[in-house]
Amino acid sequence: MTAVSVRSTLARREARRFHLFVSPWLVGFVLFSAGPILAAVVLSFMEWNLLQSPRWVGLANYVRMVNDPEFWESIENTVQYGLGAVVLGVSFTFLLALLLNQPLRFQGLFRTVMYLPSVVSGLATALLWINILHPDYGLINKLLASVGIQGPGWLASQEWAIPGLVLMSVWGAGNTIVIYLAGLQGIPKTLYEAAEIDGAGWWRRFWSVTVPMMSPVIFFNVVTGFIAALQSYVLILVMTEGGPGNATMVLGLYIYRHAFVYFDMGYAATLSWAMFVLVIVVTAIQFSLAKRWVHYEFK
Amino acid sequence: MLLETAARPARTKPGPPLTSEQAERIRRIRRSGAYVLLIISSAVFLLPFLWMLTTSLKSDADNLAFPPQWFPDSFHFENYVKGWTGSLPFNTFLLNTIVITALSMTGNLISCILPAYAFARLRARAAGIMFTALLATMMIPREITLVPKFIMFSKLGWVDTYLPLIVPEFFGVALYIFLLRQFFTTIPQELIDAARIDGASELRILWSVMLPLARPAIAAICLFSFVGNWNQYLENTLYLRSMEKITLAQGLGMFSGQYVTQYNQMMAVALLSMLPILIVFFLAQKTFIRGVTLTGIAGR
Repeated sequence: MTAVSVRSTLARREARRFHLFVSPWLVGFVLFSAGPILAAVVLSFMEWNLLQSPRWVGLANYVRMVNDPEFWESIENTVQYGLGAVVLGVSFTFLLALLLNQPLRFQGLFRTVMYLPSVVSGLATALLWINILHPDYGLINKLLASVGIQGPGWLASQEWAIPGLVLMSVWGAGNTIVIYLAGLQGIPKTLYEAAEIDGAGWWRRFWSVTVPMMSPVIFFNVVTGFIAALQSYVLILVMTEGGPGNATMVLGLYIYRHAFVYFDMGYAATLSWAMFVLVIVVTAIQFSLAKRWVHYEFK
Repeated sequence: MLLETAARPARTKPGPPLTSEQAERIRRIRRSGAYVLLIISSAVFLLPFLWMLTTSLKSDADNLAFPPQWFPDSFHFENYVKGWTGSLPFNTFLLNTIVITALSMTGNLISCILPAYAFARLRARAAGIMFTALLATMMIPREITLVPKFIMFSKLGWVDTYLPLIVPEFFGVALYIFLLRQFFTTIPQELIDAARIDGASELRILWSVMLPLARPAIAAICLFSFVGNWNQYLENTLYLRSMEKITLAQGLGMFSGQYVTQYNQMMAVALLSMLPILIVFFLAQKTFIRGVTLTGIAGR
């Protein structure tokens, strides 16, 4: 056998193994996801109120969407909220995870406390944050007042409603912390020792060992953080219902409203595909940027 | 300052220019700094819990006070008993939740490891497009496939059974596959090559090299799967109808519908139903301890 054919036999064997290993997910995808996804595509060309049978309307839903000012407004709100929640969430939780990785006493207790918000039911979280962000009685504004600052109106104000929601999202990011903590365990100690022998200070070790070694995990948190943030609406629904005005009307909430309040399933499906495109674009940008900063052991 | 300790555990020998006394002092300052920061942030993170706790202990009258009180005038522990043993069979709900969560978690674990390994370490021409499809399934809003999915499962006659909640869990979850794949990619190639040279099969490499090193990630997936299934509300409500089949999350939802103003009992039951999650978390976080893994490549 020539070297080339040996290589191609090996490659073929590797590919066969790939398909075998991937099959649990692939079968599930075909059985449980592909059908509903196709149905959702078809639905976006229909008019359907769940009661009468669906009626084909062609591109009407798409034309309506492009000319719908509330839709564009919701895109703007979604992007603002997503950027805020991810940038603040990913960086702040990284620092917290580094702190929680210290070999300190009560480490398990501290970690459990920081995870608590992610366990509390959505309704309780919403009620709590309505109280924390209340312009007059709220905890934050009371604290600000005690140092002589007049706090903003938060959820009652057009400009501060989204920042208020971003604050809440950062506070509930326990899963992100867990993923960082898991990632930090995988950095070989020998890398730090080698860096130290080379005379690297902590800042240098942080940038040249911790960050590159953690980059696949940071990347995961950024990508999934954006996907979750761009789709989120449940807490926003409970807390502001999109108000004041349309200040917190995010795309997820707009879809929810059309699907389960107006029972306009066709238009809701069309809006969902718009959201899908938005998320795909954001994710694609990240994957193309990733080549510059994410370090993989295996390429 | 903190990062320093992250990079170098306290037990490491100090560098040559410092005397051991100076190093000890620096270490002590750093450590107290870390404690101060941890205690401040813990206070912020504890808020919801404290608020739930005080709400759960309020009298029915204090419940409705506005502006809400942060502390009740008197403690009403009977809210816990009243809530749990009231008109809803929470013991049955608990048992159902345990069954669904345990089966789903098992399904998630066994069906996510193999695809994640394939996406991380095996080459195939279709790998790129399949990985894109995997990510794409995470990006489609769940609400929009909800109705078609429901129609599909009801045609199968699966409504009011646990099947629509459990069976799909045995076919991989995109988020967990992606997470595990990211961890598998960080494991040094040298380890895998060494195992291959020793004649280890792909499954053997996965089992004895990859999985032990990815233990923190596996623990994270167990945790997420547990919490996700334990708190699952939307799909449970859609598929489970009979009172003897429904779960804790649904029970809590019914609670708020039944007694609109009785937040105190509701919070009491919510706290009780959170306890198992906290226990699972406490167990899972123990695997997040530095230095257990990757001892094998010291010599590289």
